[in-house]
Amino acid sequence: MTAYLRPRDLDEALAARAAHPDWMVLAGGTDLMVNANHGAPPAGILDLWRLAAVCFVRHADGAIVIGAGTTWREVEREPVIRSQLAPLAAAAREIGALQIQSRATLGGNVGTSSPVGDSLPVLLALDATLEVASPRGRRTVAYRDWCTGYRTTQLAADELIVAAHVPIPAPATRTAWRKVGTRRAQSISKVMGAAAILLDGDRVVEARIALGAIADRPVRISAAEAAVRGLRLTDAAAAAHAAVASAIRPIDDIRSTASYRREVAANLVARFFAR
Amino acid sequence: MKLTIEVNGAVRAVDASPWKRLLDLLRDDLRLTGTKEGCGEGECGACTVLLDGEPVNSCLVAAGQCDGRRVTTVEGLARGDLLHAVQRQLIACGGAQCGICTPGIAVCAAHLVDRGLIDPSGAGEAAARAQVRELLAGNICRCTGYQLIVEAVIAAAREVAAATEPTG
Repeated sequence: MTAYLRPRDLDEALAARAAHPDWMVLAGGTDLMVNANHGAPPAGILDLWRLAAVCFVRHADGAIVIGAGTTWREVEREPVIRSQLAPLAAAAREIGALQIQSRATLGGNVGTSSPVGDSLPVLLALDATLEVASPRGRRTVAYRDWCTGYRTTQLAADELIVAAHVPIPAPATRTAWRKVGTRRAQSISKVMGAAAILLDGDRVVEARIALGAIADRPVRISAAEAAVRGLRLTDAAAAAHAAVASAIRPIDDIRSTASYRREVAANLVARFFAR
Repeated sequence: MKLTIEVNGAVRAVDASPWKRLLDLLRDDLRLTGTKEGCGEGECGACTVLLDGEPVNSCLVAAGQCDGRRVTTVEGLARGDLLHAVQRQLIACGGAQCGICTPGIAVCAAHLVDRGLIDPSGAGEAAARAQVRELLAGNICRCTGYQLIVEAVIAAAREVAAATEPTG
């Protein structure tokens, strides 16, 4: 019989994680429950759903701190996120559909670390930092260093994800997010991307450009970021298009083809620079 | 595991694996078979119920997670013999065909209408249709083409808005 624990606080959750490394850490279940009827049940469930210590949104020090247990519906409806982190709210609105958004959490997207996790390019483009905890203490990890491979991350076996710290972009920053799939809702992305572009008038001071579904993990496109630096927007669009098209190596799979993904990714990023 | 769940307003005690899907708990243990299984992997919305008032796919909820929480199924939408406005309008508009998606549509649409998330008057009919289409996008219907479902939800929203308008 599967054991079950709903911890009262983070300390109890961390103690249980350390004591039962083979238990499933479960929150909204939108990934982990998909195969619930196939395969063996888990030895135990460490249920973090609605754990108060990881369900919050806080405005602090030029950043918005979003607890790992916050659902995408909460992210989408939070006024401070809608106004200060618009691309994250926009991505939240296109993750699955209402039923998924009511359950799927930021920590789940970051922990599962699927290459098609819709929020992940946004966290890269906004240069988020993750806060993780273990019985050994807390540490922060820059999100750009978080993903170590296909669905693998820096999270240690005794750690839990606590929150994402997302810096509020400077006022002269253009931010954008765009997803391309077969259908607006419930479709798994063929390509999605996000950008934060610091502008001086119509000149690009610097840009962070991130894409998903085109590699084994969400990635910053540093070649495109270098190519647009100092350019006017019109020139930057063309430069970004060329740089993305030559930098990425997407694959053919059931959802799309490499050549389609390359072309769409380049167009999508170029549009982020449209005047 | 002993679970205590408030289902459609009544507290129910049931002994089940915490890993059992809420969908199976409802259908097999509580004999509430109004909730249907469609895809079983969170894509189609046929098994939609409200968990603490929020629409969720019950195939993706572990029973253990429901202990001490509130679940509303399609059986809980009516008040006695009075169907929910959404149910009445689905009937009146003909917004159902084979029926497998209908309980999930009714539960999700009732949530939208009761929360005032569909504005049938504000920005006009086209805007309301777009709202319904976006917010019901997690409920797949392979029969109707959605048109009559959307009409029914807007009609229900209009009905509920009129009923809650201050009078005099």
